[in-house]
Amino acid sequence: MTGGTGPGGADGWGRLEAALRGRRRAGGKCLVPYLTGGLGDDWLETICAVAAAGADAIEIGVPFSDPVMDGTTIQEANDRALSEGATPQSILAAVSGAAADIGVPTAVMTYVNIAHHMGYERFASSLAAVGVSGCVLPDLPLEELGEWAGCADAAGVETVLLAAPTAPDERLPRICARSRGFVYGVGLMGITGVREELAAGATRTAARLKAVTDRPVLVGVGVSTPAQAAEVCEVADGAVVGSAIVTRMLEGAGPEGVAALVAEFRAALDAAHS
Amino acid sequence: MGEPSVTATGGFMAEPEMAPPGQFMGEPSADGRFGEFGGMFVPETLVPACQELDRAFRSAWGDPGFRGELDRLLRDYAGRPSPMTECPNLSEELGVRILLKREDLNHTGSHKINNVLGQALLAQRMGKTSLVAETGAGQHGVATATAAALFGMDCVVHMGTVDIARQELNVFRMRLLGAEVRAAETGSRTLKDAVNEALRHWVAAADTTHYCLGSVMGPHPYPWMVREFQRVVGEEARRQCAEVLGGGVPEVVTAAVGGGSNAAGIFAGFANTSAELVGVEPAGGAAIGRAVPGIVHGSRSYLMQDEWGQVLEAESISAGLDYPGVGPEHSHLAATGRATYEQVTDAEVIEAFSLLSRTEGIICALECAHALAWVSRARADLAGRTVLLNLSGRGDKDVDQMMGILG
Ligand SMILES: Cc1ncc(COP(=O)(O)O)c(C=O)c1O
Repeated sequence: MTGGTGPGGADGWGRLEAALRGRRRAGGKCLVPYLTGGLGDDWLETICAVAAAGADAIEIGVPFSDPVMDGTTIQEANDRALSEGATPQSILAAVSGAAADIGVPTAVMTYVNIAHHMGYERFASSLAAVGVSGCVLPDLPLEELGEWAGCADAAGVETVLLAAPTAPDERLPRICARSRGFVYGVGLMGITGVREELAAGATRTAARLKAVTDRPVLVGVGVSTPAQAAEVCEVADGAVVGSAIVTRMLEGAGPEGVAALVAEFRAALDAAHS
Repeated sequence: MGEPSVTATGGFMAEPEMAPPGQFMGEPSADGRFGEFGGMFVPETLVPACQELDRAFRSAWGDPGFRGELDRLLRDYAGRPSPMTECPNLSEELGVRILLKREDLNHTGSHKINNVLGQALLAQRMGKTSLVAETGAGQHGVATATAAALFGMDCVVHMGTVDIARQELNVFRMRLLGAEVRAAETGSRTLKDAVNEALRHWVAAADTTHYCLGSVMGPHPYPWMVREFQRVVGEEARRQCAEVLGGGVPEVVTAAVGGGSNAAGIFAGFANTSAELVGVEPAGGAAIGRAVPGIVHGSRSYLMQDEWGQVLEAESISAGLDYPGVGPEHSHLAATGRATYEQVTDAEVIEAFSLLSRTEGIICALECAHALAWVSRARADLAGRTVLLNLSGRGDKDVDQMMGILG
């Protein structure tokens, strides 16, 4: 079990990127579920179960009071976790104790004020200290990234950047060059939440990103069913699945119930791309 | 302070102890900063929209055709210039000479219309067909709904359910004007949450919809653009003061601060003079009073938050000031000492609201009653001096609430 998160994992990639590149090299598609940290008593067991069900990496949400990029499902999960007393510290402490059981790389997803309030340097080193490999801060765009990215790089934390469907052509290579771990293609112009159909722009965004980078390209936001994940992975290297999974958590499906859904996603990706 | 800081162009400069007045309330740096505050902290999905808005505003603001059209609207539709009123009775009672800048007399009843006419005209120029807005007290929502009716645009206003309950009259006015009012039911269910909903709305609709933000907050270019649209308040007041004060300026300029747009507007006319600038926050929403920087709603500014960086709920009698943050330029003005910020309690505000009604026959909005509450409390220090107070709105919307309190 490698606790280290710094650059200098296999082939010089960080641990998160190495894992995703490994899956792609083996001809597979990457599955990264998102789970809200601190939601219910069994969120940590749920993360472990989800890892065992075929996740390549896991995004752990650290709840924030004002999640502007999130729809009602993740908002509710945030609110519930916060009212149950979740804090960045309690979540990181729990993850630290369970790193070996999780077994796959993790990335924290939160909003920039959580990192800013703790201090970028301290937040980055806290992530590294508990074995979290990556970090997604959706309200920190390229223009504002510098100060955080410096601290994250120094601590060996992989900062995953988002790329929007409306980003002009000249912007995408800059995002891909600065992103670590993978490039997070946003599946639609909007907020997180379960959608009936995959947005038409999702595969187009993936294709535009694939054309300018060798880094793994994963699409998230609006990828809600195993079929949709398989569809977007006709072009993308993988999918991030959030609200569909968090819905199960909110329904109280427990570790087995949530893991069963993740296994369906895994099976759909394996069947479509074996 | 005293540490060298990197300028926008990448050079180094020593931070002066206090910058001379000439440096205040101009254009922000290229990265949207006022000193160390401001910026553009939005999801990638909103970056193109903010950049488009920045380009459009720069072009419009430099275009005499746009400026002329906006001036005409402000005059013929909103009723500008608003008067400045001497208050002999109140002045005698407090021992302080008080001049009121009468934004309450604008069409729709507050300063909010100045900003909204500017943004609606800009939205039209950008080819947008819809407006989305947040509102607290409902004044900005009413102003936006009004402009949408005038320009033939669709309009959705997000408003917290707590505010919908305490500002029923404005909710009805917005609907009458043809706007859709959507209830924000998350978090504290007040202005902060209405902003969240408006941002979520905008992400999904930016191609056709302009986000008509109601104060000097949010991501660049909003804090700068909204201040420029409100600058007319300060420029008029400067001329009006010069007439009344024999070419001089008042010793103190004061205004209530929620997000800070009415204060920014009037301060802008006096930033480069000797006038003291005093912003007044509610004690239960004192972002500057606590002076802890944070990042929410697109910019870095002082922000009420708990030990983990979760944003706290503000608590104020006035829906328009019930906001845990403040516009970034105010944080800069506070940090540099160019302006000072005071806090008043709900009880002091109620007293000031009654005082102005009784002495001058002006029922003002609870928001600007905050500024008067401070003047009243500080009257010993202000004795014999001249204070210009931005009376940002009229009190019709608050009468119902006050009836419950005062009986
Ligand atoms: C009359 C009036 N004054 C002041 C405010 C506070 O906003 P700002 O601080 O942006 O002027 C409001 C907001 O609703 C208002 O209605």
